[in-house]
Formats: sequence, C-alpha cells, structure tokens
Amino acid sequence: MDEARHALEPATGDDPWRLALRRLRANRVAIGFGALFAVLLALSLAAPLWAHVAGTTPSRNHLADTIVIDGQRRDVVTEDRVPIGPTWRAKYFLGADGNGRDVAVRLLYGARNSLFIGITATLISVLLAVMLGLLAGYLRGWVDAVVSRALDVVWAFPVLLLGIALGVALARDGLRLGPLSISGGSKWIPTLIIGVVGAVYLARPLRGLVLSLREQDFVEAARAQGAGPLRIMLGELLPNLASTILVFVPLLVANAILLEGALSFLGAGVRPPDPSWGTMIGDGVALLTSAPHLMIVPGVMLVATVLALNVLGDGVRAALDPRAKVRVGR
Amino acid sequence: MLRFIARRLAGMLAVLFAVSVLTFLIFAVIPDGAPEDRMAGPTASPGEVAAVRREWGFDKPLYVQYARTMTKIFTGDVVSYVDRTNVVEEIGRGAPRTFSLAIGAAILWVAGGIALGLFGAARAGRATDRLITVLALIGVSMPVFWLGALASHYLGFEAGIFPDGGYAEIGRHGLLEWLWHLVLPWSVLAVVLIGVYSRVLRSNLLDALHADYVRTARAKGLSEGAVLRRHALPNALIPIVTLWGLDFGAVLGGGAVLTESVFDLQGVGQYFADSVGRLDVPPVLAVTMLGTFFIVAVNTIVDIAYAALDPRIRL
Repeated sequence: MDEARHALEPATGDDPWRLALRRLRANRVAIGFGALFAVLLALSLAAPLWAHVAGTTPSRNHLADTIVIDGQRRDVVTEDRVPIGPTWRAKYFLGADGNGRDVAVRLLYGARNSLFIGITATLISVLLAVMLGLLAGYLRGWVDAVVSRALDVVWAFPVLLLGIALGVALARDGLRLGPLSISGGSKWIPTLIIGVVGAVYLARPLRGLVLSLREQDFVEAARAQGAGPLRIMLGELLPNLASTILVFVPLLVANAILLEGALSFLGAGVRPPDPSWGTMIGDGVALLTSAPHLMIVPGVMLVATVLALNVLGDGVRAALDPRAKVRVGR
Repeated sequence: MLRFIARRLAGMLAVLFAVSVLTFLIFAVIPDGAPEDRMAGPTASPGEVAAVRREWGFDKPLYVQYARTMTKIFTGDVVSYVDRTNVVEEIGRGAPRTFSLAIGAAILWVAGGIALGLFGAARAGRATDRLITVLALIGVSMPVFWLGALASHYLGFEAGIFPDGGYAEIGRHGLLEWLWHLVLPWSVLAVVLIGVYSRVLRSNLLDALHADYVRTARAKGLSEGAVLRRHALPNALIPIVTLWGLDFGAVLGGGAVLTESVFDLQGVGQYFADSVGRLDVPPVLAVTMLGTFFIVAVNTIVDIAYAALDPRIRL
C-alpha cells in the first residue's frame, strides 16, 4: 500500500488540488460510496417517474383498493388494517403502509425531502460559517468577541432539544420575522434549524484558520497593494478555506440527514402527510409486528445514505488533509 | 489557575443566561402561542381567559414573566401550564433514569471504543483492521431511534430476551431487573459512539507509533504489545478523555431524548419531548437549562483538567 501511495506522490510543485483529486480517485472505496450517494440522489430526482409507473402519489390513500397478484385478488390494506407487503411489481413494489399508500413512491419522495433538507441545511451552514469565520477571524476585536460568544451559546445549547422545541413551536403557525415568512408545514423550518446548528461545527475551525492566515505574507502583500478588508476576505482568505470546507461538507450533510430523521421521527421535522425517512420510520413503529417493511425500508435507505456520505467524507479528508481533526455532530 | 477557573465560571453563567432568554423568547414569539387560551380550554369565555391571564401573570411584560419563571425554577416552585404538576419534582423523578442510561452507555462506549481502537491499531492495514473500520463507520451512520426501535421490538417484544421497554427502579425491583431493562438502551446508545471512539483512538495510536519516544522504547527491546500498551496508549488516550467528557455532557444535555423515547424509559428527555408537544413552557425551559448546564459544566471541567494535565497550556 505504501508503494502504491508513493507512486502517487507528486513531482515537486504539483498543484495540491490535482494531487488531492488523484489521491481521492485512487481510493476506490470512497469513490464507490460516493457513486452510491449519486445513485440515491438520482433516484430521488426520479420520484415522479416512479409515481407515474405506480399510478399514485406519495400521499394518496388506497384503503379500499385491491390488487391482483398471481391471479389472486388481495386487499391493499386488510380489514384488520394489515397493509400488503412488497409485491415486486409496479404497484406497491415495496408494499403499502397503514393508509394504503405506496411505500416505494413515498420512499422516493421521502428521499427528496431528506436529501433536500440535508443538502440545503449544509449550504446554509457553510454560508453562515464562512461569513462568521471570516468576519471574526479577520476583523478580530469586538466583532470576534460577539461572534465567538454567539457560537458559544449555540454550541452549549442542547441541539436536539433546540431542534424539537423550535420544530414543534414553529410548526403550528409558521414563522414571520420581518421579510422572512415561512408557513407552518414548511420544510424550511427543519432546514433552517439544522443549518444554523450545523454552522457551529464549521465556523469555529474556520475562525481559527483565518486568524492564522491573516498574519501570513500574502495577506500583508494584498494589504500593501491597497486591497480593502472585503477584497482580502473574499479574494485572499476564502480560497484558502476551501479545502477545510470541502472536508466538512459530506460529514455535515450526513449529520443534517440524521438530525432531520430524528426530528421528523419525533414529529418536529417534516409534517405529515409529506413523507421523509424519519416520518416513515415513525409511522412504521406501531405496525412493526404486522408490517416490518414499513420501518426496515426507510431505515436501510437512511443508513445507506449516511454511510455513503461518511465514507466519502473520510476519503475526502484523507485526500485533502490527512491530519485534520474533524468532528461533526455530538 | 484560579483566575482561569473564575473566568470560565463567569462565562458559564453568561451562556446559561443567554440560553434561558432564548428559550423563553422562542415560546413567547410563537404566533397564537398564548398559553392562557389553551389553559382555559376551547369553550372558555373571554372573561375566563382573562382570569387565567391575570392569575398566571401573562398580562405582565415579557421580562417580568421571564424573571418570575426563572425565580420559580430556582426556588423549585415552577409548575406545568398544562396539568399544574411541579416541574422540579417531575425532573427529579426522571433524573435517575436519564443518569442510569447515560452513565452505563458512557462506560460501554468508552470501553468498546478503546478495545476496538487498540485492536485496529495493532493490526493496522490487515483484514481485521479493515473489518473494524467498516463496522465503526456503519455504527457511526446508525440512527439511534431506528436501531433502538428495531432492537426493542425484535429482542424485547418478539424474542422476549429483554424487557419490552420501560425502566425498573433499583430500590423497588432490584439490581438485576434494573440492569436487564437497561442493557438494550445502553448498547444502542453506545453503538453509535463506539465507532467514533475506535476511529479516533486508532488514528491517535498510529500517530503515536511514529513518535520518537516509541522508537526509543522499541530500541530498548520492548515487545510490540508492550510498546503499544505502555508507551503509545497513554498519550493517545488524552484526546479520548476530552471527547468522552463532551459526549457525556451532550447525552445528559438532551442527546438521550431519542433513546429514552424509543425504550419508554420516562427520563428527563422524554419528559421534555412530551412537554414540547403540549407547548408547556415551564418544563421545556427548566430541562433546557439543565441540559445546557451539563454541557457547559462538562466543557469547563474538561478545559480545566486539560490545562492541569498539559504543561504546554498556559492560563
């Protein structure tokens, strides 16, 4: 393995990004799991196609419907409310749930919600963290004091408790804060909560990085050329934060998806009847005896997605910055 | 050192204050979140609603309400808006359950993490090391609520090996019953963190194995096992101690909600989840304060311990 690694090491003066890319490409496991994540993402985008094939929508109930399998007519949901298991056909490919809704269709639409929230929340986290890290690290003084104390408070806040409290409180009537207006059932409520919470994990290391970068010669040179603070922050410092941000992104998405699952499971995330993996698992608990597929299917999807992101993130870290101490989530 | 401790304690109080104000505000600014409407009931006349508002002081300015609620939390007089039970007593009832869960799980995850980390580092690059890495990553990716619900159902309800959720008090049901009810919750909570710990320890150990003092130990003719255990391990463990403190604080400070709910342990976290569902502000505020206290306190202790242990950190 050492020899293989040796062959990959650069001729002197090679572009560090190209080197990192080459290292990542050589890591077949990470690439494989990255591809798995891409497939899951593509499947979620194809949700309407499958809904068309299955001839239903994620939230349409089919309590009184029947389906013919191998010449036998069967209830989608029996009289004692036992839903049909996987049929491996277009209709009810993965079975139905307690309301006769098509699990496969809900799973794909749930993937849309879970992945949308995970990715969007991470974008919010990264934007916030970059802004706070740059401002606090470059301007120092009172700005740094305010930002650092605010981060301390969010850091000390019990994440799950905050998420549950906000999720439940805002779900009733939504949020109206100046120009920002979100309706009660909106996906943006869990997205914003998770995004803000996740920003802390990245903002602290970025601030530290900026503090050390601002003392270096290239920043001094830019300043001597008359560059203002904004230009230095965005033009000189930001590109140097890119590798750290990149290392965090897959792990932040993984953490966001897990947190969304937990909040939705507790009824503080995505609102029913809108599906997400967390709500589907929550719905499945009561029917675990008669219809175990209701819980196992979304759970396996959730684990596969988070695992794919964790392995990919591990590979990205090893390729970009093997020494980095990265920790997301608690 | 004393000045450092004093500064950290002052910072701790400031953070607690900020968190309490924020939590109070979250519930104060919810549109239509006025508790008197819910408390008086859907059929109440405007006069009855007004009476409730006066009785509970909801007509006072926010800062007065905040000060009153906080005073009541600290004197132990705070009661639920919904059923008027004493919040501090309810928390006292749940606390032994939450502590039992957190302490047992913490022992399990640190022991498991160290064992797997040592094993992985000793066999770095071999098949067993790869297998441990894969298992650790799967563990890290597990949603606690899913794993817990499956374990409780299949090992508890169906197989009957373990109890089907619930908690047994030591005083009433004996040590064995208590242990029996907690084995599954402990394991489920620990699985996720064992993965984290084994990976951190493994990489710390591998770093340490390349350090000069380890080369010296090898040069003295020590066996590889002795080098690993007596020279590399103590240094690699320091970051684990920090991590352990932070995670323990986080589990006490709300991380246990999911495990408690899934296994119906009726601890503080579950009390919180139930109270939020009823928009019952006093318990939410009190539990959030308590959770924050644990997180901040453990953070402070870890910082102080670190400063005391590591001569390179100047205060």
